[in-house]
Amino acid sequence: MTRVVVVTSGKGGVGKTTTSAAFASGLALRGYKTAVIDFDVGLRNLDLIMGCERRVVYDFVNVINGEAKLNQALIKDKNCENLFVLPASQTRDKDALTEEGVEIVIKELEHMGFDYVVCDSPAGIERGAVLALTFADEAIVTTNPEVSSVRDSDRILGILQSKSRRAAEGREPVKEHLLITRYSPKRVDEGEMLSYKDVQELLRVQLIGVIPESESVLHASNQGTPAIHLKGTDVSEAYSDVVARFLGEDRPLRFVDYEKPGLIKRLFGGK
Amino acid sequence: MSLLSLLFGEKKKTASIAKERLQLIIAREHGSASHGPDFLPALQRELIEVISKYVPVNPDDIKVQLEKQDNYEVLEVNIVLPDNRD
Repeated sequence: MTRVVVVTSGKGGVGKTTTSAAFASGLALRGYKTAVIDFDVGLRNLDLIMGCERRVVYDFVNVINGEAKLNQALIKDKNCENLFVLPASQTRDKDALTEEGVEIVIKELEHMGFDYVVCDSPAGIERGAVLALTFADEAIVTTNPEVSSVRDSDRILGILQSKSRRAAEGREPVKEHLLITRYSPKRVDEGEMLSYKDVQELLRVQLIGVIPESESVLHASNQGTPAIHLKGTDVSEAYSDVVARFLGEDRPLRFVDYEKPGLIKRLFGGK
Repeated sequence: MSLLSLLFGEKKKTASIAKERLQLIIAREHGSASHGPDFLPALQRELIEVISKYVPVNPDDIKVQLEKQDNYEVLEVNIVLPDNRD
């Protein structure tokens, strides 16, 4: 049984693609056959984050239009044996995606025996974003602890509850998970940033993880390596925890408490 | 917290301002999404029909709106009757 997971947020720049890449890689590392689809037609970026931009020949729109077979367009990931990337088209506009086309592609991935299909949603609440969540069984709502991101996440939650297939057909609703990214325990401690508890209280969605603000994310995108592969970094650990919780394991939250630097550290510097 | 902020008093933490603002805006947006559009247009239409039987009114002069106040809602109906003294 294939599970479709949408990574969405409403607002742009909060870490949807970083999360899609890390999360899909994490599922593959756990042995699940996973596909990650870029729904951002016209502004594709998942290929860059996954480091496969030079291997893109056919894309999602080519498959929908029957110009290529799905297995011609799927790119095998360089780090994980059972992970495949379906890039978005860079030259078409967002109207090139159709609900029927997306449904056919997802059905075909099901027939190919994929365990998980991760849909990387574009920002906004228009066609691309709605199509990315239409077929979802679960949703990872990516949110920064910041007013506009929280409000937009609330909006996208409303859209999930009204426009997904599950909602339209009156089935069990899409399972929602809240992922807080770019979290700075120091600023929360100083009262400058909403805490993860505040955000969760506002959005009332089960928290699946907190990803700390970190330099590693830029290192990861610079090299085209999903952040989960940067062993030993807090971001990699935090994403591994997210994947574990998604798979039903119990993991305590990490990287959410601020430790005040001691005197020596303050005198001699250090991160 | 620096010595200066201790001396000159603390400004309100911005995170708590953010939370208060979000609580208000989210509650308001949920309110307008779950009520308004459902029955208000139909109610307005029927009110116009009934009132028109007795007094000639301009459909634009009937305003119906729902306002949320704490834990109860107020249905406000505003009807401007034509000036028929002449």
